[in-house]
Amino acid sequence: MEAIEAWFLAFYRDTGINLTIIYDGFDRARFLEGVGNTVLLSMVCLVCSVLIGIVGAWMQGSPRAWVRWLAQVYVQFFRNTPPLVQLYFFFFGLGPLFVITVEQQVGQMTFAREMPLLTSFHWAVISLSLFAGAFNVEIFRSGIEAVPRATVEAADALGMSRLQIYGNVVLPLAFRICLPALNNNLVNLVKTTTLAYAIAVPELLYQSNQIWSDSVNVPEMMVVLLFLYVGLVGVLVTGMQRWERAMRLPGFGQ
Amino acid sequence: MRSLLAGTAAVALTAAGFVAPLLASAEAQADIMDEIQERGVIRVGVKADYPPYGFLDEDGNIVGIEPELAQDVADVLGVELELIPVVSSNRMQFLEQGRIDLMIATMTDRMDRREVVYAVEPNYYSSGTNVLAPAEAGLTEWEALDGLPVCGIQGAFYNRRTEEDFGADIVAFTGTAEALSALQQGSCIAFVYDDSFIVSRLGEEDWADYEMPLPTIDDAPWAIAVALGEERFNRFMSGMIFDWHLSGRILALESEFGVDNTPFAERMHETFVDINPSIER
Repeated sequence: MEAIEAWFLAFYRDTGINLTIIYDGFDRARFLEGVGNTVLLSMVCLVCSVLIGIVGAWMQGSPRAWVRWLAQVYVQFFRNTPPLVQLYFFFFGLGPLFVITVEQQVGQMTFAREMPLLTSFHWAVISLSLFAGAFNVEIFRSGIEAVPRATVEAADALGMSRLQIYGNVVLPLAFRICLPALNNNLVNLVKTTTLAYAIAVPELLYQSNQIWSDSVNVPEMMVVLLFLYVGLVGVLVTGMQRWERAMRLPGFGQ
Repeated sequence: MRSLLAGTAAVALTAAGFVAPLLASAEAQADIMDEIQERGVIRVGVKADYPPYGFLDEDGNIVGIEPELAQDVADVLGVELELIPVVSSNRMQFLEQGRIDLMIATMTDRMDRREVVYAVEPNYYSSGTNVLAPAEAGLTEWEALDGLPVCGIQGAFYNRRTEEDFGADIVAFTGTAEALSALQQGSCIAFVYDDSFIVSRLGEEDWADYEMPLPTIDDAPWAIAVALGEERFNRFMSGMIFDWHLSGRILALESEFGVDNTPFAERMHETFVDINPSIER
């Protein structure tokens, strides 16, 4: 490790290319923390947004008007407002409404202080999941509407309940149909996690910003960031493409 | 034939369009002072979220001590002033890219920054680092921040020291409004920032229950900056800063904007006056 650090320090002196994230232990630690938080934030939001999409699309097909209305309001609200505004709204607008009082210890003293119940990371998960979820609802709806009516009627004739039809017949088919569109949205979601830097979630962009401010190595960090996101999204896309192939419907397009 | 001619003309125009800015920028690199005169406007990067040094008034105009200094520069050059709001994490890039001609934006003068921009001598101001914290927290020493969440501003150089030396968990926001809001909401126990900024806030009613309890660290001079290579403009600005210190302009601006005169500004004024005390100024 020390040899690598020395090499990159010499590399900086020789070429002027300053990669502090490799030779400076402090920068390396916070950069890795940023990578970890970005991956964690992306994965949690991916799962939550897909679940929201499944539930929302089911609500859209509900026989009860008010349930359909609820799903529609949600989709319109989150699809038609910018994600950064949503993040600010959740963190600074809703955050102060949920507070707990804790015994804060400072040095030898303790005092009671109010602090937010949810951290900026929690709000980022909530906000970004709801944002991507709104798109997923529409994506799943497109898939559901592409399932032939005769198939649903056949399932109905077999005596399956609405939930059974949705879970065992419609969703598996719809899922396969709308996977390409879903991929697009999930890739976008991973990129949108960078917005969380605005509410101080220590993800990749946040940590990189602090590193380039301390070391004045903006171009280097920009290149590193770019490649890392290409890599991260690349892993997601590869995984999803394999899944797409594995779940291909024989005789249905492709 | 007609369309062929039109196509050729379009290509030629496009090529000219590419070349012209290149030529212009080559000239610009020769001297920014000529360019400012030609343009009739000087673009100065200042802070817009940092009262009383640079902030927005009720009409949305950028005002403060630094915009006043920028106006002085424009007046001496005989050009119009255009103020461009910058933040800590983009101010040097703005200068490098030529989006501003001059930066008067509360920038602490450090060696590594001098590799990227010209820091004009002498320094025009100075401040150190302290925290704004609720009085009931009873902070007395920096070490007490160990393990506690402390709000900060993205790009500030002392974030790292507050984390590394004192063990605080920095929660950094993009602007002071967000960080102060987070402090009031209890997301953090203190807000680490320039003491000059904190002093100006303590006078406000919103912050009556807060204090600036720690000894100021890293008291460091601020530098006005011009782009690397702008020798003539650099020396011109040296003259401006010298005059501000000698004439007591900075002390007067501090009083005008309700800040106690800082030891640095007083010292600089005395130093230059004392060079020849027999002259009545």
